Amino acid sequence: MKKSDNHMKLYLPSLSVNEGLARQAVASFIAQLNPTIEEISDIKCAVSEAVTNSIVHGYKFKEGIIYIGVKYYSDRTVVIEIKDNGCGIQDVKLAMTPLYTTDTTGERSGMGFAVMQTFMDKLDVRSINGQGVRIVMTKKLS
Amino acid sequence: MTECESIEMVYEKHVLKIKIRGDIDHHSAKGIREKIDSNIFSKRPAMVVLDLSVVEFMDSSGLGLIMGRYATSKEIGANFLIYKPCKRVKKILELAGVERIMEIKGDDDNEEK
Ligand SMILES: Nc1ncnc2c1ncn2[C@@H]1O[C@H](COP(=O)(O)OP(=O)(O)OP(=O)(O)O)[C@@H](O)[C@H]1O
Ligand SMILES: [Mg+2]
Repeated sequence: MKKSDNHMKLYLPSLSVNEGLARQAVASFIAQLNPTIEEISDIKCAVSEAVTNSIVHGYKFKEGIIYIGVKYYSDRTVVIEIKDNGCGIQDVKLAMTPLYTTDTTGERSGMGFAVMQTFMDKLDVRSINGQGVRIVMTKKLS
Repeated sequence: MTECESIEMVYEKHVLKIKIRGDIDHHSAKGIREKIDSNIFSKRPAMVVLDLSVVEFMDSSGLGLIMGRYATSKEIGANFLIYKPCKRVKKILELAGVERIMEIKGDDDNEEK
C-alpha cells in the first residue's frame, strides 16, 4: 500500500480509565482532516468498542498493553489498527454475530462488533486463539 | 470525572427520574449501574425514567447498561422509559432494536444542551 500522509502510534495499559483517552486521542488526530461531527462520532465509538473488548475480554484475567495505530492517506481514508495480546477469539465469525456475547453478567449486549461494522466502512478481525486479537478498521471521510 | 458527578436522581410521585451526565462507556457504567440499582430496589418506584438528554457519547456498554436497568425495573414491576436520547445515542439504540423492547420518549430534532 502507498505511504500514509500521517500516522500515530499509541500504547496503553488495559485500564478502563484509558477507554475515554483512546477515543479522544484518535479523534484529535483525525481532526486534522476536518471530518464531519458524524464521522468523528462514528470513529470514536468504533475505537471505544475495540479498546473495551481488549480490556473486558482479551485481558480479563491480566493487565496487558493495547496497541492503537492510526494513519490517513491523501484520499482521506483513515485506517485504525487495534491490537491486544489477550486470550484471543476461538471463532471470529461467531463472535461477530450481532447479539453474540460470552459475557455472563447480563450487562453486555453483544453489539460491539455490529457497532464497528456499522460505523466504519471496513472491518477486519483476526485472532489466533490464545494470542490476542488484531482489528483493522477503515473509513473514507467525505 | 468521578462516577458520582455523572448521575442525578429525583424520586417523586412513584417516579424515579435518573439523569446521566457525561460519557456512558464500560468505565463509567459500573458506577452508574450500582447507583441506579440501589435506588430502584430501595425506592421501588412504579416508573423509572432514564434521561439521556445530555449524554453525548454512548457505546455498546451503554446498551448493556440500559438493557440491564430495564430488566431491574421489570423485576420490581416498574415501567421503564428512555427520555430524549440525542441523535448519536439514538443511532446506537436503533442498531440494537431497543425501541422494539422499551419506550423511548422525546424527539431528538431539538438542539441538545
Ligand atoms: N479483544 C478480544 N479478545 C477476546 N475476545 C474478544 C475480543 N473482542 C471480542 N471478543 C469476543 O467476542 C464477543 C463479541 O464481542 P462484541 O463486542 O460484539 O460483544 P460484547 O463485548 O460481548 O458486548 P458489548 O460490546 O455489546 O458490550 C465477546 O463477547 C468476546 O467473547
Ligand atoms: Mg464489546
